Amino acid sequence: MREVAIVGAGMTRFGELWQSSLRRMFTDAASEALASAGVKQVDSIYVGNMSAGRFVSQEHLGPLLAGELGQAGAAAVRVESACASGGVALRQGFMDVASGMSDLVLATGVEKMTDGADVTEALATAADQELEAYHGITFPGLYAMIARAHMQRYGTTEEDLAWVSVKNHRHGAMNPKAQFGREVTVEQVMASTPVAEPLRLLHCSPVSDGAAAVLLCPLDQAARFTDRPIQIVGSGLATAPMALADREDPAVLDAVHRSAVKAYEMAGIGPADVDLAEVHDCFSIAEICCIEALGLVEKGTGRNAAGEGLTALGGRIPVNTSGGLKSKGHPVGATGVAQAIEIFEQLRGEAGDRQVLDAKVGLTQNMGGSGASSAVHVFRRV
Amino acid sequence: MSGIVGYGAHIPRNRIKVEEIARQWGKNPETIRRGLLLEEKSVPGLDEDTITISVEAARDAIDRAGIDPSRIGAVYIGSESHPYAVKPSGTVLIDALGIGPEVHVADFEFACKAGTEAMFVALGLVEAGRVEYALGVGADTSQGAPNDALEFSASAGGAAYIFGKKELLAEVVETYSYTSDTPDFWRREGEFYPRHGGRFTGEPAYFKHVEAASRGILKKTGLKPEDFRFVVFHMPNGKFPLQVGKTLGFKKEQIDTGWIVPTMGNTYSGSSPTGLAAVLDVADPGELILITSFGSGAGSDSFVLKATDLLVERRGRARTVRSMLDGPRHYLTYGEYAKYREKIIVND
Amino acid sequence: MPSPRYWREVPTRFRLEASRCKSCGKTLYPARTICPGCRGTELDETKLSRKGKVVTSTVIHVPPTDFLMEAPFAMALVETPEGARLMMQVVDCKPQDVQPGMDVRFEFRLIRKEGKSGILCYGFKAIPA
Repeated sequence: MREVAIVGAGMTRFGELWQSSLRRMFTDAASEALASAGVKQVDSIYVGNMSAGRFVSQEHLGPLLAGELGQAGAAAVRVESACASGGVALRQGFMDVASGMSDLVLATGVEKMTDGADVTEALATAADQELEAYHGITFPGLYAMIARAHMQRYGTTEEDLAWVSVKNHRHGAMNPKAQFGREVTVEQVMASTPVAEPLRLLHCSPVSDGAAAVLLCPLDQAARFTDRPIQIVGSGLATAPMALADREDPAVLDAVHRSAVKAYEMAGIGPADVDLAEVHDCFSIAEICCIEALGLVEKGTGRNAAGEGLTALGGRIPVNTSGGLKSKGHPVGATGVAQAIEIFEQLRGEAGDRQVLDAKVGLTQNMGGSGASSAVHVFRRV
Repeated sequence: MSGIVGYGAHIPRNRIKVEEIARQWGKNPETIRRGLLLEEKSVPGLDEDTITISVEAARDAIDRAGIDPSRIGAVYIGSESHPYAVKPSGTVLIDALGIGPEVHVADFEFACKAGTEAMFVALGLVEAGRVEYALGVGADTSQGAPNDALEFSASAGGAAYIFGKKELLAEVVETYSYTSDTPDFWRREGEFYPRHGGRFTGEPAYFKHVEAASRGILKKTGLKPEDFRFVVFHMPNGKFPLQVGKTLGFKKEQIDTGWIVPTMGNTYSGSSPTGLAAVLDVADPGELILITSFGSGAGSDSFVLKATDLLVERRGRARTVRSMLDGPRHYLTYGEYAKYREKIIVND
Repeated sequence: MPSPRYWREVPTRFRLEASRCKSCGKTLYPARTICPGCRGTELDETKLSRKGKVVTSTVIHVPPTDFLMEAPFAMALVETPEGARLMMQVVDCKPQDVQPGMDVRFEFRLIRKEGKSGILCYGFKAIPA
């Protein structure tokens, strides 16, 4: 396998982008990535997208968006794994270059969620339709059940959940691309509208539009495009039973753990070697469960990490310096790639106020549905 | 001799008090209570309908009968609130309970008489020897129009009866039906609420047919009111059954057990069948029971039944009507009631 | 939803038909052709009991469109005595009273309507035992 580097990146702001269509957001992000590396033509394009079919009635995104980008003729395809679509698109791009099949690959993600479709319904398609959605469960509902199971087992409290939102908003306030530029307090979070008990509005990532793109090439060609390439040294993808009812323990995100183990092994590192991570906080409870599953903290101790500053900027293992899904926004298919861009910038020392000092090794973890799929990537400063 | 081999009933757990409805329309609750002898009624949830009530009632009937459901050869549900205008309720019931596919299914309607009608036909098939067991169900979730008298009484619930020839819980001694075309209460296709002829629903409709059917069966059997331990009449409100019972020569003690309307309301096709279930829950072996239903349009079915020893042995296998009437229940505000009964105009 | 997709699930939803793996003894709901535990393919037919215990739960305040009028409602992961788990609503009680460990039994209910003119879809909900 060849060594693979990210040599360029581009993303739109995340938020309610009324003026931008799905195609427009994609071309904005992807052309920024190409321009940043001075690249005119690519071999392949992977488009992470969960549900353009439901949101804007558009399937077949590969050729559509390749054409929009002026890259008609390229090998282009949509990649779907619910909210992990972006992370899996990144993995597909990584494998395309690592295998030797392509030299210049765009790994992208895009989601247009505000054009009027029923978002709750569309997102619920990531759950088991016959066993879960049929009976009236929603996405927040599934995570709420995971939260309650975690609270029962480990004593996690609603306040612990609130601290995750507070921390991520504090980070996001420093990110010009984030959907929310304001901070929130624990009191505000705990007083926000109930969505699915115990989860409240401010425990949940928002509905967002956005696109993100990274340009990949073999490491030994990277110098042509940038003087600060970042290497992808590990990639892991794993699944878990889709229905919550089919998992051994609803409080444990097994797919996250397995995908991390695979990525760590490929990278030749362990969790203690990770300097910072972008973790899938679709709901506050998810960040708590994921940092445990990633081995960044001991199982059962995830609840304290945000409140005690462990995972805040300046802490032992900063998590979601971008603001996470909560504050940066969560255009579903784009998230996995946006996570990679945060790590890319951090490892290049370009994160401004959000900079983690001397960051050498970064990790992204992108999850689909209620934890049925997970893609983990490890990045290293070259 | 044919008769009932299994019976069961089901009453939803939501209730609304007469005061709450009266308050909504600026009426005096005392007048309603005294005039109609009603206290409260059952209300179906948004997730309950004639089919779900029939399934749970029939499940209890199967448990009491102790038979393999696949031996039931005919299934009839009588209701005036079948969930579909076209597509049977009975087919959902058979798939839910493991009856069939070798089974005859039909849905019945005849205002509030559709339940005893289903029972009558089920009995007939068993007597003819065409099927080994037949199930007849009366269940309803009928509507009363807002600010109409019927709103105080229209409720939800039902009972199911399995008929057979052996191991009877109650023998069917005789049946009698009395019918005429009397337009006292109706609902045209597409209309949401039924309409009625006010006081016309009394003497020329309810009383005429209930009295005629009851007198008819007494004459046919040679029995007198004092021969019966229990009598159950269709209960459109609390007053009518007491009145007709008195006219026919029955005493209050005979009417009491089956007179469940004050706290259940009028479950239309489920009314007298559920009253009968309440009687079977306590009847002693050898006691005679008279049940006369009434369906607007109009007609009455009468049955004379005799409780057996096996009834006492088997009835403990499932829930009693009293346990459902007096058990855990939840009182609604008028607004919640209107939401559950879909009386509020919503966007599609 | 289209009728065939609903109709196909009737044995699962109406009668709680399940499988039991001959190799590892696990009860699988719904019925399967491959045991997710041991990958065994020898499976017996079985049925779940109509009762169980709540494993975890939530109260849905922001519902899917079809369930708008029913919100807020409780949903739970319920485990039957056979060890199978299923997702269902819990009704006929205060939603907040539904907590892990609660005993429930199942009652046949209308789960959803396909709008004003579509089909009616039935199944089980849990009620306090």
